[in-house]
Amino acid sequence: MNSGFSDITAAQPAKELPRITGSEAVIRSFIAEGVETIFGYPGGAIIPVYNALYDYRDRLNHILVRHEQCAIHAAQGYARVTGKTGVCIVTSGPGATNTVTGLADALLDSTPIVLISGQVASSQLGTDAFQEINFIEITQSVTKWNCQVKRAEDIPAAIARAFYIASSGRPGPVVVDITKDAQNGLTNFDYNPIKFIRSYQPYADICSDQILEAVRLINLSRKPMALVGQGVILANAEQELKEFLEKSGIPAASTLLGLSALPSDHPQYVGMLGMHGNYGPNIKNRDCDLLIAIGMRFDDRVTGDPSKFGINAKIIHLEIDPAEINKIVYADVPVLGNIKESLPMITERISQNDHSEWIDEFRVCANIEREDIIDPAIERRGAHLRMGEVVDAVSKEFDDAILVTDVGQQQMFASKYFKFKRSRSIITSGGLGTMGFGLPAAIGAKIGAPERDVCLFVGDGGLQMTSQELGTIYQSQVGVKIILMNNGYLGMVRQWQELFYDKRYSFTELVNPDFELLAKANRIAYRCVERHEDLDDAIREMHSTEGAFLLECRVEKEENVFPMVPAGAPVHDIRLE
Amino acid sequence: MEREFIITIFSENKVGILSQVTTVFTHRNVNIESIAASPSAIEGIHKYTIAVKNDPERVANLVKQIEKKVDVLKVFCYSPSEVVMQQLALYKVKRSRNVEELVRRHNVRILEIHDEYIVLEKTGHKAELDELYQILAPYGIYQFVSSGQVAIIKSRRELLDEYLKYVNEKRDRILSETK
Repeated sequence: MNSGFSDITAAQPAKELPRITGSEAVIRSFIAEGVETIFGYPGGAIIPVYNALYDYRDRLNHILVRHEQCAIHAAQGYARVTGKTGVCIVTSGPGATNTVTGLADALLDSTPIVLISGQVASSQLGTDAFQEINFIEITQSVTKWNCQVKRAEDIPAAIARAFYIASSGRPGPVVVDITKDAQNGLTNFDYNPIKFIRSYQPYADICSDQILEAVRLINLSRKPMALVGQGVILANAEQELKEFLEKSGIPAASTLLGLSALPSDHPQYVGMLGMHGNYGPNIKNRDCDLLIAIGMRFDDRVTGDPSKFGINAKIIHLEIDPAEINKIVYADVPVLGNIKESLPMITERISQNDHSEWIDEFRVCANIEREDIIDPAIERRGAHLRMGEVVDAVSKEFDDAILVTDVGQQQMFASKYFKFKRSRSIITSGGLGTMGFGLPAAIGAKIGAPERDVCLFVGDGGLQMTSQELGTIYQSQVGVKIILMNNGYLGMVRQWQELFYDKRYSFTELVNPDFELLAKANRIAYRCVERHEDLDDAIREMHSTEGAFLLECRVEKEENVFPMVPAGAPVHDIRLE
Repeated sequence: MEREFIITIFSENKVGILSQVTTVFTHRNVNIESIAASPSAIEGIHKYTIAVKNDPERVANLVKQIEKKVDVLKVFCYSPSEVVMQQLALYKVKRSRNVEELVRRHNVRILEIHDEYIVLEKTGHKAELDELYQILAPYGIYQFVSSGQVAIIKSRRELLDEYLKYVNEKRDRILSETK
C-alpha cells in the first residue's frame, strides 16, 4: 500500500532487518509509537496478534474489556486524560461492528484512536465467510481514515500512517483492518514514523491578514466574549489561552468539552455555554459585540437557533479544521491553523485591556443563577437527595479529581457543579451523547492517570448500558469511584416529557436491579445513601476505600436540570424554571 | 437558491475513494446529478467530476467535507460558465424514415443500424441531450443512457499544479527538518 503514497518518513540507515510475522510487526509498531496500554478483546480473526502480544506482556499493558464498544470508550478516556493516542484491538465481524458507536463518539469528540481489527484471510474476502463483514465500508463515515492491509509487509507503514493521522491536526479515530494471512505472513520489520502525507495537510498556514483583522476587532470591541472549546486542550494551548485572556481582559465561557482548559476559579471564567449551560454566558450572548470562538465548532447544543446566535456580534473563529468554518455560524474573521500558534500571534498584537465592568454583568447573572438555581440545588433540604448536592459534595471531598460522566441529567449537573483545577479533567460524551460511555471511559481515564482520583457520575439507565465492565474493573483492579445517581428514570428524557410532552412518561421509568448485588457480584465495594445527613460520611468512606467503589445515591425521582434553553430557541431565551 | 455547480475532485488512486466521496454527499444530504471518474493528466492522481444542483453555502461546506478526506488531494468547485462541459448520450430508437431525417438535422452520429432499430450518439450539453430525447421520444426510444458530465476549466492557471508545488515545498521543508 505504500507504493501509491508519497508519504515521508524519517530516513533510516540501511541495516539488516529482522524477519518477523505480521502480528509481531503490529506489536512492535505499537512499541515504536510509544504505546503502553491497549484495550481489546480477542477472537478468531485476531488470534495471531494476541499470540504475538503474549510475548510482549511485560512491555504492553492489555486491558481485557467485556464488550468491544467499551474498548473504544476506555481508549477514549485514556486518550483524553493522557493526550496520547488510544489503542484498541478487536476481532472481525461482530467484534468489529461492536466498535462502531465508540468510533462515532471519538469522531464527533475529536479523540485520537487507532483501532486494529482482525479480518478473514484475503482469499476469503467477499465470500461472506464466518465473521466476515466489510468493515472498511461500515466505518467510512465514523472514522477519520481507514484502510485494509492484506500483506504482512504493508503492516508497519499502515500503522505509521494510522498514528500520524489519528493524532495530527484535528484528531480522530482510524481503523486498520488486517487480514488473517497478513497477520500470519512474514515480513522484514522496519518502522518509520510518518511525518507527511501529500493529500493530508493537517495544519493550515496561518494567514497574517486574518490575525491583523482579529486584532483590530478585539481592540475595538466593548463587549467581547471568548468561547473556549476542546480545541484548546487538544492543542495543549491552555497557557496560550490564559495569556490571551489576561492581556485582553475578556470574559471566557466554555463548551462542555472545553471545561477544565481554564480553572473553574479563574477570575475571567464566566461559566458553561449551551442548552443546560450557565445563565450568564447564554443570556449575554445577545449583548456581545464580539465572539471569539477558540477551538470549538458551534454545536447546536451550544448555539440553539444559529441564526440568532451572537446576533449583535462579529465572530472570530480560531479553528484547525477548515470544514468547520462557516458550517453553522458565519465567521467574520476565520483564523485557520493551530491555535497554539495563532493565539499567541493575536495576544502579542492586541492592547492590554480591562473589561471588568462587562465581566460584572456576568457576575450579576451568576448571582441570579446562584440564588435561584444553584444554592437551592445543592442545599441539603427536602425529602430526598438531589443530584446537585451530591456533585457538590463529591467535588469538595475529592480535590482535583478527574470528572467522568455518562449522558443525561447527571452529566449536566456534574459538568456545572464540579470544580476544575487543571486541564484534561473532564471526560464526557459531548457530540454523540452516548449513554453507557461513562463506565468504560472512567476505566480508561484511571488507567491513563493512576495517580489521580477518577469520579464517575452515571445514571441508573447509563450504568446498565455497559455494566458488564464492572467485571473489567475487578479483573484489572481499576480504582474508579462510581457515583450512581439512581432516580429510577431516564431522567433527561423524562424531563423533556414533563416540560414538552404533557408529562406523558412514555417508557422512561426503569425497574432496576439490586445495585448492591450487582456491585457484590463484581466484588466491588458498595454503599447506598438516601439521606442528606449520610452523604458526607458515605463520600468520605468511598474516598478512603482503596480501589473501586460504587456509591448508589437514591435521588429525587423527578428533578429537573435548569437553566435550560428549549431546543431550537435562541440561547438568550434561557429559562431559569 | 439552488444553482448548478461542477465539483472536480483530485485524489490518490486508491481503492474505495469513490465510496469515501459519496458518503459525504449522503451524510450532507446533497443529490448527485451526474458523476464521471477517470485518471487525470498527472500520473497516480485520479479525477472525479460531479455535477450538483444546490444552494451555494451548502455546496461550499460539502466541498470542504470532501477535501477533509485524507486520500483526497484537492477539490475545486466551479459554476458552469467557468468550465467547458460535455456529456455523451446513446439513444436506441425504432427505425423509421423520420428518424433518419432527424439525424441529419441534429448533428447526431449513427453507431449501429439494424432492421428494427438505430443507435445514435450525441455529445453536448445536458440541455441539448435532453432536447434530442424529447424530439426522438414520439418515434419510440427503446433504450437511453448518458455519461456523467466531464469538464475542463477555462482559466489559464493550473490550480492542481500550483497546489502540488505548494505541498512538495512543504514536504521538502519537513524533510530537511527531520534530517
